[in-house]
Amino acid sequence: MSVTRVTASMAAPANRVSKPSGERLPFNTTSFQKKTRSKLLSIPGTRPSVQNGQLLVSTGVTSLDYLLGGGLAVGTVLLIEEDRYDSYSRMILKYFLAEGVVCRHELFVAAAQDNPTDILQELPDPILDDVAIHKPVEQPRLSCEPHDSLDAMKIAWRYQNLPKVQSALASSSRFGHYYDVSKTMEPEIRQAAKCHPFYLPEHPTQSSPTHSPMLESYSALLKSLEDVIHREGFDVATPMSNSRNILRIGLHSLGSALWGDDLCCHDNPRHGHALATFLYGLRALLRSSLAVAVVTVPSHLIQNRALMGSITRLCDNAIALESFKGSERETNPLYKDYHGLLHVRQVPHLNCLVSQLPDHKDLAFKLKRKQFSIERLHLPPDLSETVSRVSRGELAGATMVASACGSGTSGNKHLDF
Amino acid sequence: MFTELNSILNTSPDSFTQGEFILVSDRQSDASFLIHHFLSFYLRARCKVCFVGLVQSYSHYSAVSQRLGVSLAQAKEKGQLIFLEGLKESLSILNPQEADTGSQAMDFLRDPAVGLRSLYEFVRSGLSSSDGGEDEWGPPVLLVDDLSVLLSLGVSVGAALDFSHYCRATVCSQKQGNVVMLARCDGEEDEEDDGDDEGEGSERLLKGLSHQCSLALQVRGLPTGYCRDIHGQVEVCWRRRQADGQHTQKKLFQYKVHDKGASFFARGTSSAVL
Repeated sequence: MSVTRVTASMAAPANRVSKPSGERLPFNTTSFQKKTRSKLLSIPGTRPSVQNGQLLVSTGVTSLDYLLGGGLAVGTVLLIEEDRYDSYSRMILKYFLAEGVVCRHELFVAAAQDNPTDILQELPDPILDDVAIHKPVEQPRLSCEPHDSLDAMKIAWRYQNLPKVQSALASSSRFGHYYDVSKTMEPEIRQAAKCHPFYLPEHPTQSSPTHSPMLESYSALLKSLEDVIHREGFDVATPMSNSRNILRIGLHSLGSALWGDDLCCHDNPRHGHALATFLYGLRALLRSSLAVAVVTVPSHLIQNRALMGSITRLCDNAIALESFKGSERETNPLYKDYHGLLHVRQVPHLNCLVSQLPDHKDLAFKLKRKQFSIERLHLPPDLSETVSRVSRGELAGATMVASACGSGTSGNKHLDF
Repeated sequence: MFTELNSILNTSPDSFTQGEFILVSDRQSDASFLIHHFLSFYLRARCKVCFVGLVQSYSHYSAVSQRLGVSLAQAKEKGQLIFLEGLKESLSILNPQEADTGSQAMDFLRDPAVGLRSLYEFVRSGLSSSDGGEDEWGPPVLLVDDLSVLLSLGVSVGAALDFSHYCRATVCSQKQGNVVMLARCDGEEDEEDDGDDEGEGSERLLKGLSHQCSLALQVRGLPTGYCRDIHGQVEVCWRRRQADGQHTQKKLFQYKVHDKGASFFARGTSSAVL
């Protein structure tokens, strides 16, 4: 290593004779090297936080990234309290995994209900101008000779001479990608990602003789996670420095009965501390590795609110989804633009005193035709004089009065002229 | 170390009351910034500090202390600070390897029914500096962040209260040192009617600890709701035993946490309002 550096420094002045000698100095002295930023920063699909320098990854949902202060910090856990039918929480989980596929991170998917491979087959399709780069077929050709792919551009011959900038755009300047939830990801993109599935029914769990409060299913999951992290070199302590990658961990519906947990069935569950102990172990594991986890929990099934509070506190981020589906709010004109409410339960405290608080806590989400997004529930008054705005305001006011009186929301429709 | 809090509590690193049991509690808010305050306070006061960090990694505490102007690494090197990183210790117990190397301090994870005796032994042996370090460092101080996570891990309320009582007896009474413990609770104060519910554990722990403590700092969110400029309110409650009974004195402040400290002000006098 040092030999090559010396030859490089010898070659440099030979090539450029006119170079001032002061600039050559860093090349020759070993103790006076240019200060490079941490090599963690060179992992694709990550960026450092502006607040505390934490390494962040995108959740795949741009608005959720914004809400979490730029993204998910590596080494933390995001808890998603599932909505009633687990449709939107599952979607966020799929977004998170799809972002990992596009960024070429490794995945670890664990589920007890559906096979993880089924979850992977439902990943949303990325909307990428540079999607070709990540296709495994074209990847090696692009990296070695970029002219080859330009020749292949038959129709758009006019753009042949344009510089190829898309790959840089995807890796550094733009954070996170956009996805089309109406389509599923193409299989060849999906299969390029390395995935470690954990499907509980197929996984042998041995009953442990100890009095540990953890369930066998959770111990097996934690063991399997630790194995993957050590084997694949996601441990921060491992000296492997050539290529670091991020492990994205998606754990679906923890705490449900299928995991063998009775958290959802009883007011006073026998294994009440199993999930909390698992999350404690998960936090311990993640804090020392290049991994980030998203955990969904069917919180509406858990009767004991205090248990849910202790589970929330053992995760770093926690959000709760409250879908309007099946509730009377679905027909309420006040909420007609949205599909549900989003509550921020917890924001992370990481390496800094002050936590990244959101600007406001009235948030709602909606699923557009192709995209899931999170918005402010109450928009600030816009001052343009449009008829629709006036009617909307009256409508909202009328609904509030109507719901306050306990009557239904029928009869308000005629106000919308 | 927050100087504003020091003037409220009428202490400074040069002169502070010894033998105090300080309870930091929060309810639907986050009081962990006060733990960082006390950690940097006692390190500056040249006390021998034992820190039981159960919820965060060492690097987190170290990074925050760095911002508050105290180096944990140096303090550890000099022998002033004894740090128990609960997360790190727990991993070898939760995932048993062939060579069982975990320390004994987190033994309760193997079987929560055993209790916290091993954790207390760790604290006691850590603070009883046998190698003649008594003159080098001041009175011993124990900091626990946080006690209620033990309940989440299956430890009973009685065991946690026993632990705190033993620590108080050893550190506060015998050695004239101080104890700071954080307990978190997320229920409302008035919903304590149903009896032996599992969720009442943190509530009962908080009650037991506030019975033991001599100074309580109770942090909670604003009763009027979330605000970006005021992070919550803290109630400072002194309990002093004197000849003519017990005196309690309460003061209420609102606070805002900054990047490198926190400001405390009387209610309604936030700079965002005035």
